[in-house]
Amino acid sequence: MSFKSESDAKAYWKENVSLVVKLLLVWFVVSFGCGILLVDVLNEIRIGGYKLGFWFAQQGSIYTFVVLVFVYSRKMGKLDRKYGVHE
Amino acid sequence: MELQTLTYLVVGFTFSLYIGIALWARAGSTKEFYVAGGGVHPVANGMATAADWMSAASFIGMAGLIAFLGYGGSVFLMGWTGGFVLLAMLLAPYLRKYGKFTVPEFIGDRFYSRAARIVAVICLIVASVTYVIGQMKGIGVAFSRFLEVDYGTGLLVGMVIVFFYAVLGGMKGITYTQIAQYCVLIFAYTIPAIFISLNLTGNPVPQLGLGGTMVGTETFLLDRLDQVVMDLGFAEYTTTARLSTLNMFVYTMSLMIGTAGLPHVIIRFFTVPTVKAARSSAGWALIFIAILYTSAPAVAAMARLNLMETIQPSTATENLRYDERPQWFKNWETTGLLKFEDKNGDGRIQYTADEKTNEMVKVDRDIMVLANPEIAQLPNWVIALVAAGGLAAALSTAAGLLLAIASAISHDLLKGVFMPRISDKQELMASRVAMAGAIAFAGYLGFNPPDFAAGTVALAFGLAASSIFPVLMMGIFNKRINKEGAIAGMLTGLSVTLLYVFQHKGVMFIADTSFLGSMPENWFLGIEPNAFGAVGAVFNFAVAFTVSAMTKAPPQEVQDLIEHIRVPMGVEAAQDH
Repeated sequence: MSFKSESDAKAYWKENVSLVVKLLLVWFVVSFGCGILLVDVLNEIRIGGYKLGFWFAQQGSIYTFVVLVFVYSRKMGKLDRKYGVHE
Repeated sequence: MELQTLTYLVVGFTFSLYIGIALWARAGSTKEFYVAGGGVHPVANGMATAADWMSAASFIGMAGLIAFLGYGGSVFLMGWTGGFVLLAMLLAPYLRKYGKFTVPEFIGDRFYSRAARIVAVICLIVASVTYVIGQMKGIGVAFSRFLEVDYGTGLLVGMVIVFFYAVLGGMKGITYTQIAQYCVLIFAYTIPAIFISLNLTGNPVPQLGLGGTMVGTETFLLDRLDQVVMDLGFAEYTTTARLSTLNMFVYTMSLMIGTAGLPHVIIRFFTVPTVKAARSSAGWALIFIAILYTSAPAVAAMARLNLMETIQPSTATENLRYDERPQWFKNWETTGLLKFEDKNGDGRIQYTADEKTNEMVKVDRDIMVLANPEIAQLPNWVIALVAAGGLAAALSTAAGLLLAIASAISHDLLKGVFMPRISDKQELMASRVAMAGAIAFAGYLGFNPPDFAAGTVALAFGLAASSIFPVLMMGIFNKRINKEGAIAGMLTGLSVTLLYVFQHKGVMFIADTSFLGSMPENWFLGIEPNAFGAVGAVFNFAVAFTVSAMTKAPPQEVQDLIEHIRVPMGVEAAQDH
């Protein structure tokens, strides 16, 4: 470990966890929320031939997942550099 | 050229390509056998992970199931992609930093216990072998169609080929062959999807075609499909949930955490050079996977529509005459996976939701993707390509899984616990014997699989979800979980799930041995066995926390190890042992 101080190590981990929590919130909302729990409500809205809830369950959630993983990768890279623990 | 000849040519060509690459990169030392020397680029690794990941269940099984489940089939789409988000954020970077060969090795070190390692090996083997059964079903379907024999013979041929294939090269061979396999399988999946989407909707992008209108009309494809299936008494395609909202929720969760807990996928993240690369590698893998997973719903809906309209055009008097049935119908009848029975003796095929009048007495869901291009009357080369793609998907995953099983037995059990002095050569030999054993066992159970390919694989995910994922996650994110907690958690999660599954599906999935009979009316809160992994995982978490709280905290050096894996800096290449 090469943090400058014990408190740096704690802060780094805290920021890491809070980033993951935020991203997983989005993960939950698009899949379990829009794709399952709220599907009937969203199905009232249509985009072209897609009912919106159906679209989230079979298309939209997957696109969001891809974006989430890349956002995570970028933000963690920045966080590593901020605390000087990058490789 | 005739379809059969063309299929032999295309499949033969792709096979010689994989074997050529495997031979060229033939594994040398044990370390290379397991983790490809630790230096694969993230994009390349992402592609190989995608091939590893997308098995017969994704390629052959999934769209077929969605075609018949409609909206309810979304559990597979969300579950098998959403798990990558968990894998990328909760496990992959930390396990890469830890930098050893196998998942049980991590569990053994983190929980400073040989017993924990052995329990992890057991969990891993149970989940992986179940997974291989699912692959065997897919392989059997593909080979039986391709060789025009019955399912059993196709399965036997497939077992022999998987054996030679998996034993020939190690991970290094597999990493590069898997890139080739990814290319073959993604072309094989998307090209027919594009053709069919163009035919039906005029839009070459299947993801858009699915939301578009039928050629020459103002009717949306999905509305048309809803109407066609409902006219025949089937449930509405776009809104019918799988059993219940709760069941869908639990099913999706189970597949997601199972994805993150499956050792053969995790092991791939040991092959990239850095922690940063492990993070982006997961993203690349997900992009490559998403290409197939967003096409699959289009393939499913369009295949269902084509099937229905071929057999049962809108007016009943025009039903397909049995003696005028197309070639694909006859070919699938040969395999025994498609059966017709003329119940009303009119020589025509009636396909309805009512069991009394329905004459399509068997339509195995796993034939849909392979039959789809034939039903849509696409050119022969496209059909041949799909056969090659299906085999690529099944082979690559079977090989990856067998490697995970083999390394668990030879590396974790023999070298790690029982025979520490074993030589490299003996270890390699042991792992090959383990592979052969796993193929024979899974193949045997594959003759009467517990479910369609995707369903069987879902069971495997449930087992991984309930046993492996929770302890890995707690091991990284909670310093207080100790060996007693982890062992109790894994055992509880695995046994709760396994008991539930065996009770309903039979001991070791042998149907007659389900000790109380499969009883949907007795399902716990209406949750089907395939979805039960998430419930098992809840038990795992709860037991692990409770037991850990009542026993001693982990020793200081383990706490230091956790601090160490939480930070990317100071990553080493995979260590020798």
